Amino acid sequence: MPITTEFEYLKPKDMDEALHVFSLYRDKARALAGGTDLVVHLKENLARPEVVVDIKGLPELAGLGLNGGTLRLGALVTFSDLIASPLIKGKFPLLWEAALTVASVGVRNRATLAGNICSAVPSADSAPALTVYEAEVLTRGLKGERRIPIAGWFTGPKKTALLPEEIVTAIELKLPVKKHAGCYIKLSRYEGEDLAQGGVAALAFADNTYRLAACALGPTPARCPRTEAVLNGNKLGEKLLAKAKETILEEVFPIGDIRSSKEYRLHMTQIMLGRALATAVARLFGKGPKYGTENIC
Amino acid sequence: MKTHNIRFKLNGEQVSLGVEPSDVLLDVLRGRLGIKSPKSGCDRGDCGACTVLLNGRTIRSCLALAVEADGAEITTLEGANGRQWTQKLQKTFHAKNAFQCGFCAPGVILSATELLEKNSRPTAHDIKEAIAGNLCRCTGYEPIVEAIAETVKGK
Repeated sequence: MPITTEFEYLKPKDMDEALHVFSLYRDKARALAGGTDLVVHLKENLARPEVVVDIKGLPELAGLGLNGGTLRLGALVTFSDLIASPLIKGKFPLLWEAALTVASVGVRNRATLAGNICSAVPSADSAPALTVYEAEVLTRGLKGERRIPIAGWFTGPKKTALLPEEIVTAIELKLPVKKHAGCYIKLSRYEGEDLAQGGVAALAFADNTYRLAACALGPTPARCPRTEAVLNGNKLGEKLLAKAKETILEEVFPIGDIRSSKEYRLHMTQIMLGRALATAVARLFGKGPKYGTENIC
Repeated sequence: MKTHNIRFKLNGEQVSLGVEPSDVLLDVLRGRLGIKSPKSGCDRGDCGACTVLLNGRTIRSCLALAVEADGAEITTLEGANGRQWTQKLQKTFHAKNAFQCGFCAPGVILSATELLEKNSRPTAHDIKEAIAGNLCRCTGYEPIVEAIAETVKGK
């Protein structure tokens, strides 16, 4: 399928040049990294930019590393980079587990984490993990840098807090100080490549506090603070889990669509919550299944 | 639109040509450079029929702009014979009748090549995960998974 939209292609060599282009063209400019969403949107005329700015030549956006307890993931880091990184697998295993569920190898080799949250679809697999790690999104425009907590990043389906003259430069995650373990459960129609019908991520801490977030169960990926409040301070048990399962239905708002009905999503939200919590807690005590091995099917 | 003159290595040989910003890599490979192993299937990254290697890693050539190939190394099945596993995979697929219409085969072989280059002792799960993005409408996948496993047996 050819692309019928006409646009110019620029590949700036330094950040200043790139930011000037975005400042000039604003929402008529689109950043190109992996292109796995953008090229589809160009083909389907969902994006009609005047200029496509290939940001792969900007060295500031490359690489990932842990420095003083803060993990910096450059905007060009792909899902395959995350999966191949012993640092991510060892220190941020929930993000690693979520990365494994994204599309397929050939897409993950190009698709970036930053692109995933910029596309901001409700089913973004990376979002629940980033949310419970309380990530921050670093953006830059000619006027300077901003640091946006992930909780304020997703402003609607396919909408973010990014300004038209800005680009995302990196995503930062603080390594939780307390002992913890996590689990991401993705519900899909079959094992292998599929969009999430729903997803739940849980982080469980040794002091019986919990962080929960969901995707594809509302207009944006979101934290589940009410359910966390029910759980916090308590050891996970049957009664507590039953109460948590009731509570989470107050803070997810799934729709019915081609992939599943609203009722099915609500039912499975409770199942995913139970599995995610049970797995995270088991992992906390060194007993759970290895990260990335347990599948919903 | 401004035409961009790009140069890249295609199956070991330098090529240079002018492309428009909106030219898709798959269309340039097939339509202008005579490379027919990558196929146009879903045209949106879901089916894997257009798989090529970009700097050694599989990508969906239907989701890459041709202009992005400038300075890169692109290998399609036509030029992958020198890679460690590709011909062995092809021979095993042939011997085990692991594809039927053949439309998905170039993509499957390249995905399997990438897998075996990283992991020459894959489990059945590793194999299924590696080819999860390559849809086959004929075989039901079992012969494909078996052929990939057979290729590395005893190696």
